[in-house]
Amino acid sequence: MKTMRDTGVLFARSMRHILRSPDTIITVVISPLMIMLLFVYVLGGSIQTGSDNYVNYLLPGILVIAIASGIAYTAYRLFMDIQKGMLARFHSMPVARSSVLWAHVLTSLVSNAISVAVIILAALIMGFRSSAGVLSWLEVAGILLLFTLALTWLAVIPGLTAKTIDGVSAFSYPLIFLPFVSSAFVPTSTMPAAVRLFAENQPVTSIVDAVRSLLNSEPVGYEIWVALAWCIGITVVAYFLAMKAYKRIA
Amino acid sequence: MTDNAIEVKGLYKSFKSTEVLKGVDFEVRRGEIFALLGSNGAGKTTIVKILSTLLKSDGGNASVCGFDVESQPAKVRENISLTGQFAAVDDILTGRENLLLIAKLRGVANAKQTAAALLDRFGLSDAANRRADTYSGGMTRRLDIAMSLVGTPPVIFLDEPTTGLDPEARLEVWKTVKELADGGTTILLTTQYLEEAEQLADRISILHGGVIIANGTLDELKKLFPPAKQEYVIKQPTLEEIFLSIIGSKGDK
Ligand SMILES: Nc1ncnc2c1ncn2[C@@H]1O[C@H](COP(=O)(O)OP(=O)(O)OP(=O)(O)O)[C@@H](O)[C@H]1O
Ligand SMILES: [Mg+2]
Repeated sequence: MKTMRDTGVLFARSMRHILRSPDTIITVVISPLMIMLLFVYVLGGSIQTGSDNYVNYLLPGILVIAIASGIAYTAYRLFMDIQKGMLARFHSMPVARSSVLWAHVLTSLVSNAISVAVIILAALIMGFRSSAGVLSWLEVAGILLLFTLALTWLAVIPGLTAKTIDGVSAFSYPLIFLPFVSSAFVPTSTMPAAVRLFAENQPVTSIVDAVRSLLNSEPVGYEIWVALAWCIGITVVAYFLAMKAYKRIA
Repeated sequence: MTDNAIEVKGLYKSFKSTEVLKGVDFEVRRGEIFALLGSNGAGKTTIVKILSTLLKSDGGNASVCGFDVESQPAKVRENISLTGQFAAVDDILTGRENLLLIAKLRGVANAKQTAAALLDRFGLSDAANRRADTYSGGMTRRLDIAMSLVGTPPVIFLDEPTTGLDPEARLEVWKTVKELADGGTTILLTTQYLEEAEQLADRISILHGGVIIANGTLDELKKLFPPAKQEYVIKQPTLEEIFLSIIGSKGDK
């Protein structure tokens, strides 16, 4: 199938962009690692989470931060392709338009999966331990993949519509900020009422809680359904809006 | 099939309140070099974008190689390549990787040889394995044009291909364009340089005020100009003079 082959060729191209961009790798992998080191070795001693291993508590939130900063680069790469005229070049060639967009989406999924894997390895070195079985790990992978997909389609919108590079990055700040006002670092029960209300009802908390329960072999409650609902809901709405924006381009 | 590689009839396009094209008609014959001449903002790029399926017109018909740009865009894309007004190269990739990328997307059988041959032809062999963001403006433009030649499409659009190039690089591009036309490729180029149209084009159309105000070979256009019979020394008008006289501008050159 030509469409699949073209998607593959364009996917290889943007993966190469990532490998050649130290900036991307530092932001996407090194920064979350630094935050993890900071919280575990500097702040962690005084944080009460009710679990004896703070790395275990922290890891899901760090993964969410890594994904949020990773998809900011998806928006950036798409924006640059438009700015540099590469999108117009591809669109004037016998290449399926969906290939051009899906290559970016695929790059986002794969590159984020890689940074998640690297961060889990680092966490293992720092003392992270999980009693989860294969099935739970697969569920974790599934949730994180869905979350990445949701944020990726969300990122496609500013990538396609932003007029300036600042517009592209302005979109990603709130995403990177969300985990800090969630159960990612400390239990929401310690927060003032108003903050707590926000924290408990935004997507990151349900995703982090679900992943944490799965990794710690704790019973997973309704939070996994809330997490899935958020991911699927965001994906559907963002996909619809992104496709609309894409059609407007050509 | 007609003898025309490109047919444009009554093309309209406006952006919000600006009417850019108000009924543009022209034809480009197979294998010829056709120059679309116009000043800044005349709508040259708009026409090229409509013909290369990047933009939809508001009215009229346009076809390339017998395929309608609106209803058969995929067929049109198989027959064209576009070198836009601003170079479109992937500056994180090397020159060679850029060419290989296009070759793979176009399904060229021997991508490696194609890339090597084009690098050689455009004097980029030494820089082939350097990232394109280290290239000079002229090198970038040469790579850009080379990318458009991958897979030898029968119709090539060149939107102001020599803008921003030094005289030597400009001559280089002219030579390439002539070689392509000799090989049977149909070329539509836009330019603001009258000399460029004069040098290269078999036929020239002048786009002004949203319509084609003059159309023909250089000789035909020269006839539109009042003959210089009252002068003691007969001086042939240059295309520039014809252009300025037709659009009624008071060119002070
Ligand atoms: N996307 C757009 N939105 C609004 N106006 C546009 C758009 N694209 C072009 N225009 C307007 O249409 C007119 C024609 O533009 P076009 O780029 O086709 O001119 P051109 O002949 O290529 O000029 P130049 O020689 O400067 O490249 C200009 O007035 C331009 O401002
Ligand atoms: Mg233009």
